[in-house]
Amino acid sequence: MTVLSLRGISKTFGAVAALTDIELDVAAGQVVAVVGDNGAGKSTLVKILSGVHPPDAGTITFGGNAVEIPTPAAAHRLGIATVFQDLALCENLNVIQNLFLGQEIRPLRLNDVAMETRSWELLRQLSAKIPSVRVPVAALSGGQRQTVAIARSLLGDPKVIILDEPTAALGVAQTAEVLNLVERLRENGLGVIMISHNMADVKAVADTVAVLRLGRNNGVFDVDQVSTEDIIAAITGATDNAVSRRVQKGARS
Amino acid sequence: MSTLTTDRQDERLQNRDGLRGVLADVLERARGGDLGVIPVVVGLVVIWTVLQILNPIFLSSANLVNLTLESAAVGIIALGIVCVLLVGEIDLSVGSVSGLSGAVLAVLFVGQGLPVWLAIAASVIMGAVVGWLYGQLFNRFGVPSFVITLAGLLAFLGLQLYVLGTKGSINLPFDSGLVNFAQLDFVPAWLSYTFAVVAAAWLFASGYLHARERRRAGLSAKGVPMLAARSVALLAVLAFVVWYLGQTRGVGWMFVFFVALVLVMHYLLSRTKWGRSVYAVGGNVEAARRAGINVRAVYTSVFVLCSTFAAVGGILAAARLAAANQSSGAGDVNLNAIAAAVIGGTSLFGGRGTAFGALLGIIVIQSISSGLTLLNLDSSIRFVVTGAVLLLAVVVDSVSRRSRTSHGRA
Repeated sequence: MTVLSLRGISKTFGAVAALTDIELDVAAGQVVAVVGDNGAGKSTLVKILSGVHPPDAGTITFGGNAVEIPTPAAAHRLGIATVFQDLALCENLNVIQNLFLGQEIRPLRLNDVAMETRSWELLRQLSAKIPSVRVPVAALSGGQRQTVAIARSLLGDPKVIILDEPTAALGVAQTAEVLNLVERLRENGLGVIMISHNMADVKAVADTVAVLRLGRNNGVFDVDQVSTEDIIAAITGATDNAVSRRVQKGARS
Repeated sequence: MSTLTTDRQDERLQNRDGLRGVLADVLERARGGDLGVIPVVVGLVVIWTVLQILNPIFLSSANLVNLTLESAAVGIIALGIVCVLLVGEIDLSVGSVSGLSGAVLAVLFVGQGLPVWLAIAASVIMGAVVGWLYGQLFNRFGVPSFVITLAGLLAFLGLQLYVLGTKGSINLPFDSGLVNFAQLDFVPAWLSYTFAVVAAAWLFASGYLHARERRRAGLSAKGVPMLAARSVALLAVLAFVVWYLGQTRGVGWMFVFFVALVLVMHYLLSRTKWGRSVYAVGGNVEAARRAGINVRAVYTSVFVLCSTFAAVGGILAAARLAAANQSSGAGDVNLNAIAAAVIGGTSLFGGRGTAFGALLGIIVIQSISSGLTLLNLDSSIRFVVTGAVLLLAVVVDSVSRRSRTSHGRA
């Protein structure tokens, strides 16, 4: 069942057409990887979906209705949550305080018991390995911080969650943890849009791969039926590219 | 306990219960650079010991009573500084604003013959307006707060001189309630002890209810013996303070007022959404903004609070002196207030600190000041010593911040 679908989305910044006629479909319980080279329009797409920039043309259908997303708050209300690359956590606050930042329970006499209970529920839902929710976020590893950021986006019960480069800054083990987390989101029936540069991650967790090239759709693939080389070819626009040449060189020597 | 509570299930967690566990926790944190109040308390003990050796009058009841009264005005100003520092900004004009507030009070009350409450209200509102102005300048033009408030320092000093006119000094009548409040009003002994008992009982009751709520929710909680020990310790300390100060004049109402403000600010900062947002803005402005916090409103609110507290402090300082003059709020008031906040553990880098820090810090600052005055030392030396102590506090702040980063505690 398709939750979110984009048709004919275009966005220009001055003379630059950042996105032209983009189509994208996300179903519940599906992980869609959006890949593309630098400047392909991935970030612009994220910003349109999270309400930072409105599109110039095109329609966004969410849960069967045509919608507009003029502000981040509107995206939040619809049920589209975004985890930006820099996570936006307050290092001096602990996990509970970060999770509920801006949406504390009982503003005039904070209900920390309810917030702590709910925090554990959220983290358990993600099978997250965080030893204590009372430590400041500064004490957590990169993967654990990513977990906290994702858990925070789940607070509003979203239908679609957008992860912008969730594994870019992480080590091997932490990347695996985050990929487990993405699978858990899928099991929970969320639609996941994952922006990534890392083909191994894409192959590992995505169901479909949407390739952007120079602001246009350049193919949507089923992950099981496409090779990494084909994806790279779609990203770069040629079968003869820097990546394939390196592979050949490696094979010859 | 046979089943583990929700928050203690991770096998990596070291479970420490009881008094021993608390001590172990404190030690561990101190090693990681999370020093809390340890440096202040140690510093206070050292300062008191040295000053007592130099002059045996220092720790006498009479002098300590005086010390509490002297602390209240600047302490209240420091309370405002704590709020501003928490969001990572600074207000350098609190001295001038307090001086101006005293001058406005004196002119309205003595000069114009208005009722005292009206004069007080006007001064306090004046303070709030100044803070609001700072907030607007800061939010709209993005000027660094230290420049805005440096301009304010000079401008409001000028305004203070203008308001006072050619005479330059206005005496407040000794028989007014305000001067009485600051100089002669002391809490009766029985009421002081009642306050101490109520504080201890309240600490126990709130701790007990909170622990019960946590246990019901399946979370770990402090045990009754632990809570009782804490309350008894507080009661012992408070009762001793009341008894010792009671040897002479007792506990001044002005000091009680200051402590009450500290408690109110402590509640606001630690138990309300507003307090959370203050810490969040100090920790990471961008994150706070994305979390939907109205960052501008938070900045405006702390600037308003800080200037308002400065005005209140100015009123009490004028009442204590029974006069407002050209040097009210001048000299070291500014720096003493900022030093008190920093010595009390408020980080200059934002996001760390407590309201109680202002109380502890001002007692340190005021002890130095009072001790050096008792030694008949010139104010030149007092400035040098206070400056050195402030520097020491800032160094401790910076070093513990570095240590926290390496031990993973923001």
